[in-house]
Amino acid sequence: MTYRNDPYDPKQVALLAPEALAAAVTDAKAAFDAAADPEALAELRRRHLGDRAPVSLARREIGALPPAARADAGRRVNEARREIEAAYAERLALVQAAQAERILAEERVDVTLPYDRRPRGARHPVSTLAERIGDLFVGMGYEIAEGPEVELEWTNFDALNIGPDHPARGTMDTFYLDVPGIVLRTHTSPVQARTMLARKPPIYVVCPGRVYRTDELDATHSPVFHQVEGLVVDEGITMAHLRGTLDHFAKALFGAEARTRFRPHYFPFTEPSAEFDIWFPQHRDGPRWVEWGGCGMVNPRVLTACGIDPDVYSGFAFGIGIDRSLMFRHGIGDMRDMAEGDVRFTRAFGVEV
Amino acid sequence: MRIPLSWLREYVELPAELSIEELDRALVNLGIEVESIVDLRETVTGSLVVGEVLEIEELTGFKKPIRFCRVDVGAANGTGEPQEIICGATNFAPGDRVVVILPGGVLPGGFAISARKTYGRISHGMICSARELGIGDDHSGILVLTEDVPAKPGDDARPVIGLDDVVVEVEITPDRGYAMSVRGLARELSHAFDVPFRDPAQLPAPGATATPAYPVRVVDTVGCDRFAARVVRGIDPLAESPRWMRQRLTVAGIRSISLAVDITNYLMLELGQPMHAYDLDALRGELVVRRAVAGERLTTLDGVVRELHPEDLVICDAGLPDSLAGPDGGVPISLAAVMGGESSEVVATTTNVLFEAAHWDPVTVGRTARRHRLFSEAAKRWERGVDPALPLVALERAVTLMTTYGGGTVGDEVLDIDHTTPPGRIVIDADLPARRVGVAYEPERVVELLERVGCAVSRTDARSAAASLAGGRHASGPPTLVVTPPTWRPDLTDPADLIEEVVRLDGYDRVPSVLPLAPPGRGLTPTQRRRRSVSRALAENGFVEVLTHPFVAAEIFDRLGLPADDPRRRTMRVANPLSDTDPLMRTMLLPTLLGALRRNVSRGQRDLALYEIGLVFLPRPEAGEPPKMGVAHRPSDAEFAAADSVLPEQPWHVAAVLTGEVEPTGWWGPGRPAGWADAIEAGRVVLATAGIPEQRIVVRQAAYAPWHPGRCAEFLVDGVTVGYAGELHPAALSALELPARTSAMEIDLDALPVAPVVPAPQISGYPPALIDVALVVDAGVPADEVRRALTDGAGELLESVRLFDVYESAQLGEGRKSLAYKLVFRAPDRTLTGEEAVAARDAAVAEAARRCGAVLRGA
Repeated sequence: MTYRNDPYDPKQVALLAPEALAAAVTDAKAAFDAAADPEALAELRRRHLGDRAPVSLARREIGALPPAARADAGRRVNEARREIEAAYAERLALVQAAQAERILAEERVDVTLPYDRRPRGARHPVSTLAERIGDLFVGMGYEIAEGPEVELEWTNFDALNIGPDHPARGTMDTFYLDVPGIVLRTHTSPVQARTMLARKPPIYVVCPGRVYRTDELDATHSPVFHQVEGLVVDEGITMAHLRGTLDHFAKALFGAEARTRFRPHYFPFTEPSAEFDIWFPQHRDGPRWVEWGGCGMVNPRVLTACGIDPDVYSGFAFGIGIDRSLMFRHGIGDMRDMAEGDVRFTRAFGVEV
Repeated sequence: MRIPLSWLREYVELPAELSIEELDRALVNLGIEVESIVDLRETVTGSLVVGEVLEIEELTGFKKPIRFCRVDVGAANGTGEPQEIICGATNFAPGDRVVVILPGGVLPGGFAISARKTYGRISHGMICSARELGIGDDHSGILVLTEDVPAKPGDDARPVIGLDDVVVEVEITPDRGYAMSVRGLARELSHAFDVPFRDPAQLPAPGATATPAYPVRVVDTVGCDRFAARVVRGIDPLAESPRWMRQRLTVAGIRSISLAVDITNYLMLELGQPMHAYDLDALRGELVVRRAVAGERLTTLDGVVRELHPEDLVICDAGLPDSLAGPDGGVPISLAAVMGGESSEVVATTTNVLFEAAHWDPVTVGRTARRHRLFSEAAKRWERGVDPALPLVALERAVTLMTTYGGGTVGDEVLDIDHTTPPGRIVIDADLPARRVGVAYEPERVVELLERVGCAVSRTDARSAAASLAGGRHASGPPTLVVTPPTWRPDLTDPADLIEEVVRLDGYDRVPSVLPLAPPGRGLTPTQRRRRSVSRALAENGFVEVLTHPFVAAEIFDRLGLPADDPRRRTMRVANPLSDTDPLMRTMLLPTLLGALRRNVSRGQRDLALYEIGLVFLPRPEAGEPPKMGVAHRPSDAEFAAADSVLPEQPWHVAAVLTGEVEPTGWWGPGRPAGWADAIEAGRVVLATAGIPEQRIVVRQAAYAPWHPGRCAEFLVDGVTVGYAGELHPAALSALELPARTSAMEIDLDALPVAPVVPAPQISGYPPALIDVALVVDAGVPADEVRRALTDGAGELLESVRLFDVYESAQLGEGRKSLAYKLVFRAPDRTLTGEEAVAARDAAVAEAARRCGAVLRGA
């Protein structure tokens, strides 16, 4: 250390003077405060905290002081340096924040611009409702049974106690095919017969599907429509079970307010038989009973034709129109909307009902 | 069926005050569908009064006769002065009583009456015709009240003309023939209101006499198990039906024809027994009841000449010329139970009448009615079942009414050829209704309700005694009931039918609501889940689902350009299509899906992506008719399989079509037109969603109608073709009037294997080595083959390969193209060295060179 034996250098030591250090701090703060961006601030940092900065130079002079004065001077220099560094950090944070804010402001976009580059698709509400009904019953332990749409007369009629001369055959406006004994199924009930032929009780199934009648397509009719059929065959099944099942079905689909009403009716494949209505408070023409479907206890003759002992087992069956349910649930006024495939209709429903 | 309530009240003591709502609810709860209940008092409003015509002044100078009348309407007009009314009818004279509506009244159809100037005079009201009042079709003149009507000027005319009644229109289900009558409906209503019922069929009637009323031979006693007849001679041929009878027939929608015919119709409505009246003098010889002989003809009352079928039941006259002897004797004069013939009908000169009341086989009548499309009121009742105990009662009523209103004398002879059998007995455990319905009906209640519908019920302990000897479960069980249904309930044959009567009369609303507990189920089947997933995936990829009707035209296959021997041309045909233009069942989804596309295009949609999942119908070659199967027991598995094999194959297909832009033009830039690649990608989406691993899928170039031969991809899974996709053939698009470049995909979902369980991939945490290669191959080499070669050659280190550029240029040479792939290599256990990655790449390229003649570009 060359300075160690130096007697005294007033010029050098002046840097350590409290006034000088205070001035260095004041200068630095003023400079930092004037800096507008992080780049300018980085430059000023070199000037006020770098190797040639006053506080850095002052530190070098400490050795020149008499030992007794060194500690004191060193503390002063450190203090000044800390003060400058704090000022720098404070200013840097401010400047960075301001800059970030400015960039964010500059990056503002119009979020209302459309971005439908990939148009959304949609599912037909008939499909969605059929699946929803299927899910409800699958959740209760039922399974989904299916059958062909071009069907044997035997399964569509005979097995269901609708013999060739049964008046009900005439009332079901049937499409016949060019092969005798084959029809387009007029209801989903043949799936009942197929299910009972294929498996042993207990049977708990629902059968959604397309059915056909010779009705011209108009606002309230369609030659092709959709039903869902329920069939339960088990020991000790009663009409009360039928009622309980339909009540649950109604509530699940139409809300807790839904109630059902049974009216005696006639179906060859059930005895006793009923038509059932649902209390529908949300109907677009005001709260009312809406005819929903047909049901009854499986006619023992049907059980016999399908190889199930009617003395041991009993069962119930019910069926509803899916299209019809959609029509009143959603206020659809024209059956053709469901058949014509206009994308405006289907898109309105998205992928759920 | 339309019936006035007053008629029902004759036989059931309904509450005096009965609202329409109460009546409606009662009928509905009985299982009788109500079409309408109309209170006739409300169909005409204002003053509708009886008037007596005082003076008639004939006005002249008009195109038709016009009368200026002064009519006494009592005090109804407030003044007591005669009412001045203009009338265009001429069928009345001074002194006649007529029906007048005064100004302020409104006739059916909202026809409001006011004082108005017409034909130069002021008309203060209107003299009404039956049609204007809504009580009949007669508009040939105004309604003139007959002598027997007690009414004086100024009286309310409603009760006089039957406008004080309530008309009930009901629909009867096919099982309840008995309810198609006043008798049946009144009986049902007596159950609903728990009030007394008087059976109109409970009437003493003389039985068969040794000498028949007319010679009749019933050849077919199965088709006709009862034939009864009586004669009335010397009637006044001009006698009219009484007003009340005509009014009731009018309400029921039956035209009044003559007294004799009106009586038969009236009794059909009241009792449910269809009848026939013959002009006795038009009959020549013995009547023969038999089946028709092929070739026989009959002109029915509606004037139609009908070719008879050997199954039709006919009534023949053996005395007519050309009549044969033997069982097929006689010439048909009536299509039994359905419609009478012209030759023997009662006419304006008839003085001797033969009334027939028979009982016919419902099945035969039903078939005849359907065969000849003659759904007469009689046929409707026969088909549903008529009480076989009615004929003698009906005849007694008929001859009484005939002589009361038409004079003449009733013949003493009664014909009754009766082969009917009493209703069969039904044995039922008294607790069966409770067990099937879930309501604890006591045996006494069951008996009470069954007796109420007319059954005879006896308890027997025979079965329980026998069971007790055998130690069976019936030892101390419920009593067994032996139930004999009444003759009017042929629908009651099984225990289940009796259960329905019990729950129906006890009330369906008393059945509690109990949720049964199903055993655990297996959830959706794999194919059901797959169908849902595929549908959802297509919707998520921008396609809109449609459900088209599966009927197509024969010409569709030509328009699509299918080869003449294409199996998809083999279709099932609907025998009775709604439209002759679309009689075939689709064998593919595209035709009807393209129809939906065209409809959307015609409605102004340009950018469309549609899909459908549905059945197609592929007839099996050589499939004959299904074997006949009964219902007395389950068909054997072999029988049912044989029947089932006649049905067409009905696989689930999925199809999609696109046209216009698949991505629209927007502020982001230009749109992207839909094309072959989108259709093929839709197919790949289907296969991926179905869980088919990529290595089992082959997509290859194909030429298959209706696709563009250069832009058609065939999808194979495990080497089996499952579908096609690409741009449609321009000729097909032009024939179908669809936009150019419309693209389509169709896949047989049922041909896809069930998705395997996916083995989890090994996920390496080490860094990848990325190497791009550009390979030059012949332009005809499919990119997918090059990709496969690279994949196979690269070995286990290859993580993925992706084509990122396809390039052709003069530099590469004619018929050459460059395919650029990005290869990602990665090892499961270490960071790959550059040498390892390059070695793997070289192996990949070498394989591509070997298989596809690929040359590394720049090499």
